[in-house]
Amino acid sequence: MASDTTLFDQIWDRHRVNPRPASVDGADVLYIDLHLVHEVTSPQAFDILRERGLALRRPRQTMATMDHSTPTTPPDANGVYTFNGPDTAAQIGKLEANCTEFGVPLYPLGHEHQGIVHVTAPELGLVQPGMTIVCGDSHTSTHGAFGALAFGIGTSQVAHVFATQCLLAQRPLTFEIHIDGTLQPGVTAKDVILAVIAEIGTEGGTGHVFEYTGSTVRAMSMDERMTVCNMSIEGGARAGLIAPDDTTFDFLEGRPFAPTGADFDAAVATWMRFPNAGEASFDRAAHIDASRLAPMVTYGTSPGMGVPVDGLVPSPHEIDDADARGSLERALDYMGIEPGKPLLGHRVDVVFVGSCTNSRLSDLRDAAKLLEGRKISDTVRMLVVPGSQRVKRAAEDEGLDRIFEAAGAEWHEPGCSMCLAMNGDRIEPGHLAVSTSNRNFEGRQGPGGRTILASPMTAAASAVNGVISDAREELR
Amino acid sequence: MKIVSRATLLPIDNIDTDRIIPARFLTTTERTGMGEHLFEDWPEGAAVLDDARILVAGHNFGCGSSREHAVWSLVDRGFEAVIATGFADIFHANAVRNGLAPVIVNADDHVRLFTEIEADPTRPVILDFSVDRLTCGSINASFSAKAPSAHDTPGGTELDALLHQLDRITTWEADRPPRIDTREGNR
Repeated sequence: MASDTTLFDQIWDRHRVNPRPASVDGADVLYIDLHLVHEVTSPQAFDILRERGLALRRPRQTMATMDHSTPTTPPDANGVYTFNGPDTAAQIGKLEANCTEFGVPLYPLGHEHQGIVHVTAPELGLVQPGMTIVCGDSHTSTHGAFGALAFGIGTSQVAHVFATQCLLAQRPLTFEIHIDGTLQPGVTAKDVILAVIAEIGTEGGTGHVFEYTGSTVRAMSMDERMTVCNMSIEGGARAGLIAPDDTTFDFLEGRPFAPTGADFDAAVATWMRFPNAGEASFDRAAHIDASRLAPMVTYGTSPGMGVPVDGLVPSPHEIDDADARGSLERALDYMGIEPGKPLLGHRVDVVFVGSCTNSRLSDLRDAAKLLEGRKISDTVRMLVVPGSQRVKRAAEDEGLDRIFEAAGAEWHEPGCSMCLAMNGDRIEPGHLAVSTSNRNFEGRQGPGGRTILASPMTAAASAVNGVISDAREELR
Repeated sequence: MKIVSRATLLPIDNIDTDRIIPARFLTTTERTGMGEHLFEDWPEGAAVLDDARILVAGHNFGCGSSREHAVWSLVDRGFEAVIATGFADIFHANAVRNGLAPVIVNADDHVRLFTEIEADPTRPVILDFSVDRLTCGSINASFSAKAPSAHDTPGGTELDALLHQLDRITTWEADRPPRIDTREGNR
């Protein structure tokens, strides 16, 4: 049994409204500091408020933007956007109407702060250490990079938070993911988290909250930490945490919603008192030696089906367990990938750089570094979709857009785009994409589409060669 | 509380929310009518749909997205329970708020259940939530699940329980000024 010394325990206990050991229906009443909202999982929750005649309790702790189904092509000369069908336009319109009716600040299409909710909220400084944060989106785990307890909820619970700013929640267990060592050039945070998930499995973290510790994590930038925490859910954990440090505080200073002056100093003093993982005990633990990692790619239809890019795709006949063998056979059949061979050299049709996992400025720089002065293969379509308007502006200020376009890639407006193919950006049936997103589920990026998850560097290297490539070779 | 129905089998692990309901159907702003899109892009899943109200699936059912639409599509299609050896956390939480019972059985009973139903697909499965026991032919096994209730709705009992706590929440908030104000930047 873990002692109450972890970062998770401290945040949970500071937000538990019911005194211990009292509970409500066997759960804790957990107070939520920040509620993030987008167009897809909120309309039915706003309806519940109307059906019950309830107000939205804390609009000033709620923020909305549009991302999942928004077009990534610019508006026409009259500022009119082309949506992927009338239902999409109606859903977007509903978010605008709901935010107006209930007083929720909204960053709509065209606003300088619009973007993928998990990119926009942190860059505005809304995400701060020690907070509890929820959103009707499983990748809310991203915000754990700041030492905030952040997790995805369903639409029912979105309504609960709207009405009460609280959730009924069962306390999860804790799981330390200790990552040590220096990454080789060409190996990134994305490769680290894909290796973690390959190691523990997609349900390894079920019922748990991850805390990422170790020298590799300490050396990571905030962008990299967000990439790692983002995919906690792919390892089965609703949330992943990284204890705040100077990297966190430096990132936050000067952000639009971060405290300023003496308030900022006071906040940092508070944030520094969060426990160091070295003092804590966890319910479970795993260890990863990052110095030995290669760039990772997935070969199947579950994020846990990952191998080093220079490794071999596993063969079903090597697997004793009948269920696991069946899963692998089905996955390889769907993907059109041969067992027992390397993925290096496998033909690629589409390359997607984007999503809440890898659409921040450093991700775009990684991709641009490999594309500068080069052309992508003429058999490949490559989309680069920045995570937010702010990322887009920063990238354009550095000339990254010109590098992408000169290489033959498409430069888009911010949004979730091809990660989940809601907005019309999708891969064709049977085509194979190397994607910097988070899920390689069947049909995720379009019906019949095949997805290989990888880092922005692996994606860019593969775009140049038209086949799956080892970014380390390109950097040499 | 009992659920009695024949069961349909999907002996596949890691059935994710994108396979249950693809993202392009999430443009709806309603909670109903999603049953017709259940497993729409997944022929293996669509092939097993009939009048059964119990689905027996593999491990880690409902992994992936937080979309409650996955639960709504199963409920809308007539399902009252899903039996598996384990569920993804968010799917599990969403299911119990919509009267869909996520029933967890151990791996041995799971295998026996498949064998029993494959031998006779008309054989009913009885889920008795008063004693947490599953019976089907020769199988009499324990399970863990929260009993579904007609009151478990997205705007139902749990919201009521939270609304009952509003005085306590208000008192708690009064001692802790909010860390941020989303309507204003640097104050």
